[in-house]
Amino acid sequence: MSIQVQNVVKRFGSFSALHDVSLEIPDGKLIALLGPSGSGKTTLLRVIAGLEAHDSGTVLFDGRNAAYRHPRDRRVGFVFQHYALFQHSTVFENIAFGLRVRPRPVRPAEEEIGRRVQEMLDLVQLNGLADRYPTQLSGGQRQRVALARALAIEPRILLLDEPFGALDAKVREELRRWLRRLHEQMEITTILVTHDQEEALEVADQVVIMNRGRIEQVGTPEEVYESPINPFVYNFLGTVNIFRGRLTDGKLQVGELQLEAPEHSGAGQEHAFGCVRPHDLVVSRDGHGMPVLVKNVHVIGPWVRLELRRRDTGEPLEAELPKDSYQDLGVNVDELVFVTPRKFRVFLDGQVG
Amino acid sequence: MAGHGGRSAAVSAAAPRVSTEPLAVRCLLIGLALAFLFLFLIAPVLMVFTQALGKGFAAYLQAVTDPEAMAALRLTLVVAAVVVPVNLLFGLAAAWSIAKFNFPGKNLLITLIDLPFAISPVVSGLIFVLLLGARGLAGPWLEAAGWKVIFSVPGIMISTLFVTAPFIARELIPLMQAQGAEEEEAAITLGAGGWQTFWRVTLPNIKWGLLYGVILCNARAMGEFGAVSVVSGHIRGVTNTLPLHVEILYNEYNFTGAFAVSSLLALLALVTLIAKSLVEWRSNHNPPDRREER
Repeated sequence: MSIQVQNVVKRFGSFSALHDVSLEIPDGKLIALLGPSGSGKTTLLRVIAGLEAHDSGTVLFDGRNAAYRHPRDRRVGFVFQHYALFQHSTVFENIAFGLRVRPRPVRPAEEEIGRRVQEMLDLVQLNGLADRYPTQLSGGQRQRVALARALAIEPRILLLDEPFGALDAKVREELRRWLRRLHEQMEITTILVTHDQEEALEVADQVVIMNRGRIEQVGTPEEVYESPINPFVYNFLGTVNIFRGRLTDGKLQVGELQLEAPEHSGAGQEHAFGCVRPHDLVVSRDGHGMPVLVKNVHVIGPWVRLELRRRDTGEPLEAELPKDSYQDLGVNVDELVFVTPRKFRVFLDGQVG
Repeated sequence: MAGHGGRSAAVSAAAPRVSTEPLAVRCLLIGLALAFLFLFLIAPVLMVFTQALGKGFAAYLQAVTDPEAMAALRLTLVVAAVVVPVNLLFGLAAAWSIAKFNFPGKNLLITLIDLPFAISPVVSGLIFVLLLGARGLAGPWLEAAGWKVIFSVPGIMISTLFVTAPFIARELIPLMQAQGAEEEEAAITLGAGGWQTFWRVTLPNIKWGLLYGVILCNARAMGEFGAVSVVSGHIRGVTNTLPLHVEILYNEYNFTGAFAVSSLLALLALVTLIAKSLVEWRSNHNPPDRREER
């Protein structure tokens, strides 16, 4: 089922959680809503689920207005961050809940419920745990029960609110890969809310970046990572080095470095800054580029992160390079090296974000 | 044996000593607590029963089966049977709205729920006399409609309702606030309606707290004296509850009768106490693993 969100506004008292948000979610895709806390991503998810009433705008499911539909008629599977399992019920009863509360004419028979629950247990790989209570399960198991419970009602949309947020890193990684496989198997339109950029980039077909109740950028993981539309997205999707300078005739002058910015060639003299990812910063000793001092070296597995300091202004910079290149370079702490950006983007001062 | 003894000595030496008070201090403290408990709780209850049976079992039986005593017992049970369910509904509604929703005046409501605890029961009785009595605000209107509230059973029920209103709500509010609304929201997204959500999700989560509140409310409803005394009018066999009947017998120097009827109240209290302990025990042990990870 496709979802269209059109000009949705939601306020909590004087706080604006969603400002005029519009979003198209095509059928069968996995979308990640990514943003810092307070960005409105969970509110948007709850509006789509019908758990929160929006103040204006419309939400369309397959082109039809969902506003007057009760959450139970929307056939939306919702998975909460803290699982929200029914504490007093077994795993079996938790998963069976959505089937048992159906109106009598459409309620499945007891054997059918049993069969369906078993199917769900197979799907989430929790065979043999049907008689456990939620408190007897690990966090990862609980979240899989929550997922099975949501999937048991054969939802047309699956909404996940930071589903792996409360789990430790290892379990989290396993579960998100498993979720991706599950999504490919079931092809339900899925929206995943997360504040973890790695999770969003790894799992989603489309990433929606939100900030302060607005959508900043929508695109494939590669698009949003490689061509962030503004400094906020740049900063949110990883570390970024900022080079402040003066823009003249489409060229940004930063100390001894000149960055080409043909997209701004029309602009007059203006303050601007360039954004460069740490791995797009080329480090050399040949005297070309910006002189910097090495302040610290961190070896993280196959990668090396250099903490640098500009010689002219003292501003900190960060560069990342493969271990091999680092060894070829042979630099030490407090040594002078030179950096040149391989890839960058220039923004004018005062540009949104 | 020697090896075993040596090892256990080593273990106890290695184990950190948490309690550092000398034995004498501990004995003194425990002894004080027990002595206090005996003097102020157990001795009076024993006294009630010895006095009640002081003139023999026949006199006791006669005092207890006296028509006026039986009428008082009946009235007390009827009042409790009406008051407890009404306050059950009130408590549930109040706790539900406070814990699951935000609305203007919420803090005022929380404060108001505690009001009956803060006011002396005699004053609450007087409030109802002034409000509903013959010369009260609504008195003439009630009289015209042919309803007698003050100095009659409805007045007793109303004042008991007022006095016992906080018990169930007080018990449920913190419990429901701690639980939040996520389980209910999950139930709704899974297709449950309002009633289904309440019966299948909310009620199982609060049932022990609810039962505990009901027991406390019931105990107070049966034992209430002050407020009831003001509105009842003390009409023997008609508007006397057990506590009021005890007072009348006592004022008439009928000690055996007074203590015999008191023993009925004490028995009701004991039953309540046992029920309360059972509920506490059950809520801590069922299901057996509930609290493991908390």
